Amino acid sequence: MDRRKVLGLAGSGAVGAAAAGVVGATLVHGESTAQAAADISAAVPFYGRHQAGIVTPAQDRLHFVAFDVITNRRDDLVNLLKAWTVAAARMTAGQDAGTVGAVNGSLEAPPDDTGEAIGLPPSGLTLTIGFGPTLFRTADGKDRFGVAAKRPEALADLPRFPRDALEADISGGDLCIQACAHDPQVAVHAVRNLARIGFGVVSVRWSQLGFGRTSSTSKDQTTARNLFGFKDGTANLKAEETDLIRDWLWVSDGWMADGAYLVTRKVRMMIETWDRTSLGEQEMIIGRNKGEGAPLSGTKEFDEPDFTVTHNDGPAIALDSHVRLAHPTLHNGARLLRRGYNFVDGSDGLGRLNAGLFFMAYQRDPRKQFVPIQAMLAKVDAMNEYVRHVSSGLFACPGGVSGPGDYWGRALFG
Amino acid sequence: MRTTRLVVVGAAVAAALTSLAACGKDSTSAGSSGGDGKIAVTATDTECKVARADSSAGSVHFAVTNNGSKVTEFYVYGEGDRVMGEVENIAPGVTRELLVDLDAGSYQTACKPGMSGKGLRNAFTVTGAKKAADNASELSAATANYQRYIKSQTAALKDQTSAFVTAVKAGDIEKAKSLYPVARTYYERIEPVAEIFGELDPAIDAREADLEPGQEFTGFHKLEKDLWVAKDVSKSGQIADKLLADVQKIVDEANKAQLTPVQLANGAKELLDEVATGKITGEEDTFSHTDLWDFQANVEGSQAAVAALRPVIDQRDPTLGKTLDEKFAAVFAALHKHRQGDGWKLYTQLTQTDLKELTDTINALAEPISKVAATVATK
Repeated sequence: MDRRKVLGLAGSGAVGAAAAGVVGATLVHGESTAQAAADISAAVPFYGRHQAGIVTPAQDRLHFVAFDVITNRRDDLVNLLKAWTVAAARMTAGQDAGTVGAVNGSLEAPPDDTGEAIGLPPSGLTLTIGFGPTLFRTADGKDRFGVAAKRPEALADLPRFPRDALEADISGGDLCIQACAHDPQVAVHAVRNLARIGFGVVSVRWSQLGFGRTSSTSKDQTTARNLFGFKDGTANLKAEETDLIRDWLWVSDGWMADGAYLVTRKVRMMIETWDRTSLGEQEMIIGRNKGEGAPLSGTKEFDEPDFTVTHNDGPAIALDSHVRLAHPTLHNGARLLRRGYNFVDGSDGLGRLNAGLFFMAYQRDPRKQFVPIQAMLAKVDAMNEYVRHVSSGLFACPGGVSGPGDYWGRALFG
Repeated sequence: MRTTRLVVVGAAVAAALTSLAACGKDSTSAGSSGGDGKIAVTATDTECKVARADSSAGSVHFAVTNNGSKVTEFYVYGEGDRVMGEVENIAPGVTRELLVDLDAGSYQTACKPGMSGKGLRNAFTVTGAKKAADNASELSAATANYQRYIKSQTAALKDQTSAFVTAVKAGDIEKAKSLYPVARTYYERIEPVAEIFGELDPAIDAREADLEPGQEFTGFHKLEKDLWVAKDVSKSGQIADKLLADVQKIVDEANKAQLTPVQLANGAKELLDEVATGKITGEEDTFSHTDLWDFQANVEGSQAAVAALRPVIDQRDPTLGKTLDEKFAAVFAALHKHRQGDGWKLYTQLTQTDLKELTDTINALAEPISKVAATVATK
């Protein structure tokens, strides 16, 4: 039943013990998340007040999938959400997707788990669900599931931003699932099995693989680099900043209580032109130096940017630099919990790397956080010459699943 | 075609066969009333008049006259559209007969002008004693039921291939093009059986892209290429003759073959795999783009195999059959958006959105179908 018979050996301390816990045990996903960093093969608790995969220290790999719901029957959708929740609880604990398993069933029947994760530990897998605006009301105005009245105001369609080059067939979606893990095969296995369980009710609209987390969501993590070669996420909202998390991440009331809104943007980077840009210009564009990641007004990564410092008669941190334009002081203190990943989808047929950043940001209200920040960036950011937004998604990710009797979306559909 | 996993099973199951109930003899004397014990069915392009809506249990004899302008088919369906008996390929002006053994119960009759869709349905009630069913007899009845299906399909396959080959040899390109997808329909419906006969299937149905070095390109797809690409069939006579001879051989073999219930169930799934891998991609009929004819035929063949197993499925998993009914209906509904005249849109007329919808419905059906084999496997 467990993919690995002796999970306990992989873990250490509390997390290892949790991973070896009995099937369906209620593992509480705590406010403090630093412990999982201790062992990347261990399980991250699935149940808890908040969904795992948001403040959980960002794992190294991503498989993100957006679905369209292809039935109009509410019961079918709710039953799928229940079935998904059971499978998600199993897979995040390092078990097969179904109760029979990949190799223990009838020879005449296809296995209820696809098998590629046999022998692999839980690998920190988290599965996080979100509901898109079109679940509440379709583009042509239909309230298919009787939830239109429950659409939160914060789930307002994103405006069109200047320079958006969005491709409809890799944007949006009625539902999303974010699978993060330290082993890409574990993340892909989870998405593949969930998609299979969903046949007939949902259809994969688009999906995205990511590697090399570009954000830290915990102070225990070092800041990783994006494909521009710069540290990304130095000023990210971190799990330990509990006051900021309360103010800028978790929704406090309604069916979305303890949840958060997710904005995804697939940002293609013009890698080749960036690479022939001088180091000085690259640093000017970002507003930080490339080696240390320090703001150009300071010397250390975590020095607070000082926009009053001048250099050669101009501001040290340029007026159109990314760091300045995205800074909370320009946006009423707005913060984002970013959870992006690098992507390389091979090459583009013209010999250029089809690569960039799959940006993901969790927040309490996109209208006060992502939207004003991106509106400013899209207008004047010097980086715009090197990036193109090709996909966009907006999802309401509800609070956590409390235990085995609960399911994804109960607050909305229950 | 594709590597086959089916094998012919021996005489044990054959011995369990009940009498073959379908017959497709041409008849010029249409029984117009019940005087000769036959129930007259008058089919037109828009109507399907059945002289009686009931009968007593036992052999029921229908005489179907096609007064319409389209080729039609006549079916008797049980629960879950289980085909109890059928006559295919009834040309305009022709009367054909159907003899079918019916137990007490509720049935539906259907005429299918243009040989497509749900057909024009009527309720048909059979009264009298119901035979007690046990496990073994349900299983052998499933095989027997499917055997009837094979018999009706192969008869039509032979006729339609013959007409197609005749048109090719007469150099009538337009006629041959119109007959090509129709003849293939009957082949595609029974493909899991056809594939049992290792050498014959590639000779009849190999795609050019799948040929091995040194393998000769023959069969339907060679003629397809001659018709659509070369637009010249003056040298195609030999291939046409060989196709008809190979079809005749496969028809003879298919009527001798017996499939176990598990093979039937796997056949039903494999037909959907054919759709998912060959038809959705437009690879099957790469020159004519008539893939939707094959698509429909594969799904119908899958449905026939499932329907034959229906009593066993219902006995062992009361919800599976209803799920399958629903998912089959969804596939046909998605497919029928692409109906054009008496046929189908060409593959090249389908949009990416169309193909996605068809893929979604096939996935939705194929997952529950993949559970049928284990359900009917002898325990």
